[in-house]
Amino acid sequence: MDNLFNRKYIVQGLFIVVALILVGQLFYIQVASDRYFLSANSNVLRKKYTFPARGVILDRNNKVIVQNEPVYDLMVTPNLVKEFDTLAFCNIIGIDMKGFHKRFDKARNQSRYQRTVFEKQLSVQTYAALQERLSRFPGFETQNRTVRHYPDSIAGQFFGYVKEVSAKDIEDSEGYYRPGDYIGKSGVEREYNDVLRGERGVENTIYNAKNVPQGSYLDGKFDTLAVSGETLISSLNIDIQKLGEQLMHNKVGSIVAIEPSTGEVLAFVSSPTYDPNLMVGRQQGNNYMDIFRQPNRPFTVRPLSGYYSPGSSFKPLDALLGLQEGVIDPNTTFNCPGYYWAGNHQVKCEHVDGNISLRKGLARSCNTYACYVFQKLMTQKKFKNKIEAYDSWEAKVRKFGLGSKLDLDMPFERKGRLFTSEEYTKRFGKYWGYTTIISLAIGQGEMSATPLQMANIMAIIANRGYYMKPHLIKGIGEKKNVRKEYLTKNYVDVDTRHFEPVIDGMQDAVNAAYGTARASAIPDILFCGKTGTVQNPHGKNHSVFIGFAPRDNPKIAIAVIVENAGFGSSYAAPIASYMTEKYLTGKLSGNRGERAEWMKKQVILPDMPKPKVKLPPYQADSVKPVPVQQPVNQSTSIN
Amino acid sequence: MSTQQGGRFFFNVDWITILIYIALCAVGFVNIYASIYNPDNSTLFNFSSNYGKQLIFIITALIVGFSILLMDAKFFSVFSPIVYGITMLLLVAVLLVGRKVAGNQAWIPLGSFRLQPSELAKFGTALLLARYVSSFNPKFRDFKSIMFAALIVLFPLMLIMLQPDTGSALVFLSFMFPLYREGLSGYFLLIFLGMIVLFIADFLLPITLIIPVILVIGGIFVYQNRRKQKVMFSIILTTIIAIAYLFLVRVAYEKVLEPHQRTRIEIMLGQKTDPKGAGYNVIQSKIAIGSGQITGRGFLEGTQTKYGYVPEQSTDFIFSTIGEEWGFVGCTVVVALYLFLLLRLINLAERQRSTFSRVYGYCVASIIFFHFFINIGMTIGIIPVIGIPLPFISYGGSSLWSFTVLLFIFLKLDSNRMGFI
Repeated sequence: MDNLFNRKYIVQGLFIVVALILVGQLFYIQVASDRYFLSANSNVLRKKYTFPARGVILDRNNKVIVQNEPVYDLMVTPNLVKEFDTLAFCNIIGIDMKGFHKRFDKARNQSRYQRTVFEKQLSVQTYAALQERLSRFPGFETQNRTVRHYPDSIAGQFFGYVKEVSAKDIEDSEGYYRPGDYIGKSGVEREYNDVLRGERGVENTIYNAKNVPQGSYLDGKFDTLAVSGETLISSLNIDIQKLGEQLMHNKVGSIVAIEPSTGEVLAFVSSPTYDPNLMVGRQQGNNYMDIFRQPNRPFTVRPLSGYYSPGSSFKPLDALLGLQEGVIDPNTTFNCPGYYWAGNHQVKCEHVDGNISLRKGLARSCNTYACYVFQKLMTQKKFKNKIEAYDSWEAKVRKFGLGSKLDLDMPFERKGRLFTSEEYTKRFGKYWGYTTIISLAIGQGEMSATPLQMANIMAIIANRGYYMKPHLIKGIGEKKNVRKEYLTKNYVDVDTRHFEPVIDGMQDAVNAAYGTARASAIPDILFCGKTGTVQNPHGKNHSVFIGFAPRDNPKIAIAVIVENAGFGSSYAAPIASYMTEKYLTGKLSGNRGERAEWMKKQVILPDMPKPKVKLPPYQADSVKPVPVQQPVNQSTSIN
Repeated sequence: MSTQQGGRFFFNVDWITILIYIALCAVGFVNIYASIYNPDNSTLFNFSSNYGKQLIFIITALIVGFSILLMDAKFFSVFSPIVYGITMLLLVAVLLVGRKVAGNQAWIPLGSFRLQPSELAKFGTALLLARYVSSFNPKFRDFKSIMFAALIVLFPLMLIMLQPDTGSALVFLSFMFPLYREGLSGYFLLIFLGMIVLFIADFLLPITLIIPVILVIGGIFVYQNRRKQKVMFSIILTTIIAIAYLFLVRVAYEKVLEPHQRTRIEIMLGQKTDPKGAGYNVIQSKIAIGSGQITGRGFLEGTQTKYGYVPEQSTDFIFSTIGEEWGFVGCTVVVALYLFLLLRLINLAERQRSTFSRVYGYCVASIIFFHFFINIGMTIGIIPVIGIPLPFISYGGSSLWSFTVLLFIFLKLDSNRMGFI
């Protein structure tokens, strides 16, 4: 043996080192990294999604008010596309060659082997034309989807709209949503999105290297069928909703009608409105901008977010609190010389009635009477100071749902406005008293309510002392579930017996010869209500009416606001009476049908700001500008 | 009498090596079956399919192998120049009458089979090299003996390059190991290693960094040997050659290599990605192997294998099937089997009394090692794609038979180690 024998170890050592290098690299790609494992799955698996139909929405009489309509997405698998007659293809789907290449490149950049959307939401007609010739366009196929259709073209703000998910929605959903899914963006579609959306179906198919399907993955173990969304039964009565929108046509304002015994919202009119069908389909984006640019902001949901001083319609509350506190009784009279002196300033009254009682005071909407009651409430001996007196008053008013959200099942509800004593001290300093804030007695000043809150106050009076939380959906799914919170009575801590005298006054307001809304009486039905004429420093007064009917066992409580329409009796009260009669009897009696037609034709729109002139902010609030709002002009809009 | 005679013939045969050989063939069969497996018509065992053919190849290879064990050991030494001569003639013939398959003129059609002379040339060369060393006992210190050995190896290498089959030609570089064992200076191996390192460095690093590094290393060696003028001179020369090589290799790279070979090298070095084109094989192979994870997806459960994502899977890329279906565990077992076989072959070679047997043993181990390293390295992306089969495992008769013949001749020589050749 020579010393060359030792070279054996070098050769064997080399073999060992190489084997270790191989095992090391194998360890890296097989054990340390799962990148290759994931790549293998994406090589082989193709997921095909089937989209669920969104839940149908019915009105309270089970009439379909939202349904689904088939549309077809055109899909393309780029690597399967072979030469074909692109011109004919473009003509069918209505795009040009440039558009074709743009779409095709986009799809190819996404994936050569996976199906991607080429063109969204082809109509049934386009689909039919395409389907005949689809075999001539290899690589293209269609995928069924559904979009919303609103047969009555009404209640846009109630429904809201559905849109494809944004990148942010996908991120927020933590993997639930995928690009192309739909999501409710506003209104009921948003609030009940989780029950309406249903479940997406998925089919896992294995593909071989030549992109030929090889059957389902693990015999369909992970496949699911699409599950349609739940049906919703809304509380709306589609007949009065439609009437309400017609009556409010060419006017700005809201109508909210509630069934007092249940809190179910019967009508939810926000004017100006828009056809919800415009927010569906390929033109959604363009239509959105068109509606967005319109004056008076059709997208604003006024019943929830419009701020109005309640005005005279607040007076029943004065009376109720006065009776409950015992500072007045039904027979108490005050002298009205046509004004009320609050310290050194005068609150004017529309009339001189001399000694006036509660019943007549409400019927005639006497400011003096309301101010006296407020004065008495604020100067009760049991209070040590004005702060305590105000805090007590404020707490009682809040019980009626003012100044806080009613938790309607709709997004973007606003809470209205009611000052606390601290806020007054901040504004006026140490020296303020009931005379400083006497405007509150007549529903003006630092008080704003949404139309929903006003309608709810009517429901409280109709129920003689409590309300059910107002809601728009009274049944979810087959079991017709309803949220629990809508089944409890919310008491306002005013005794039932105190309501009758107030209701007497409200009955007279509509039905007595001297009532403010005499012209809006409904034949054979005791319609109780209260007009309001809300001062508006920015233009004509708002016309307000709140009421309920019939007097005994009321079926409907209603609030109507017509902006810039002057007296409550001139527009709001008649509109409320037509709505009420239609709801209770299904028709309008006598010549009231013609009068309603006349009302539909009236145009009461705020003066349009002239272009390029900076104007004070548009706002519904009658007293104080809301700071976030910006000037409106013709070409650009706000919010 | 026959048992006695059989006992004599198989006396001293290294059964452990034969067991490893059979194990590797079995691994090959199982994975070829999986590579070709089609869920739609899997019921019948089909001899016309590739796994059926492979089974025939394995059986005939065993017959050939055991026939070799029955032959006289002296035959190989005596007839080695003739065997070498015949294989060289076949290499020439294939250039004249061969059939072109996938760009390589490597096959001679023989009835229903095709003969691949480059496979035969490996053991022809191994035999002649062993005969040369055992007859002349050169120590490879002189230029003449190195030249002679180089001629034996480079002649078939050149002929194969003409086909052109670069992969098979490269295998002939593995004869450096037996020559090294017999006395060739270790510097040849080091120079070879250095050339590869410089080649890769030239790719990945700027030349302005490599040259100073070479100069610094050279300087250190010069300083250490400053009293030995002759050594110092050769170090300086080596340094200059190394720097010249850097530039030469660039020219050679552009002029000598085919575009597809350049692409393969660039992909391996991560300079280029081409997942749809030249890089497809390697990426799919890595995906298949990587997706096996620790224990693999299981026999016939590999999705990449079943649905044809790795091209050439039953032949050059058979290791990707092993990787996907048997995972890291299976891969390690296969690597360990090879390593065990290689170490065993070296040990067997070292126990030979005859130089011929020892050199031949080294040749066998080196050829198998080269295939093993390059093939597996290629499937896991650490070696550029060089199309040579994985010994005993890849599908194909020529490859299996030639490796069998190569191995069993050595086993015959080994069983006869007590006698003189």
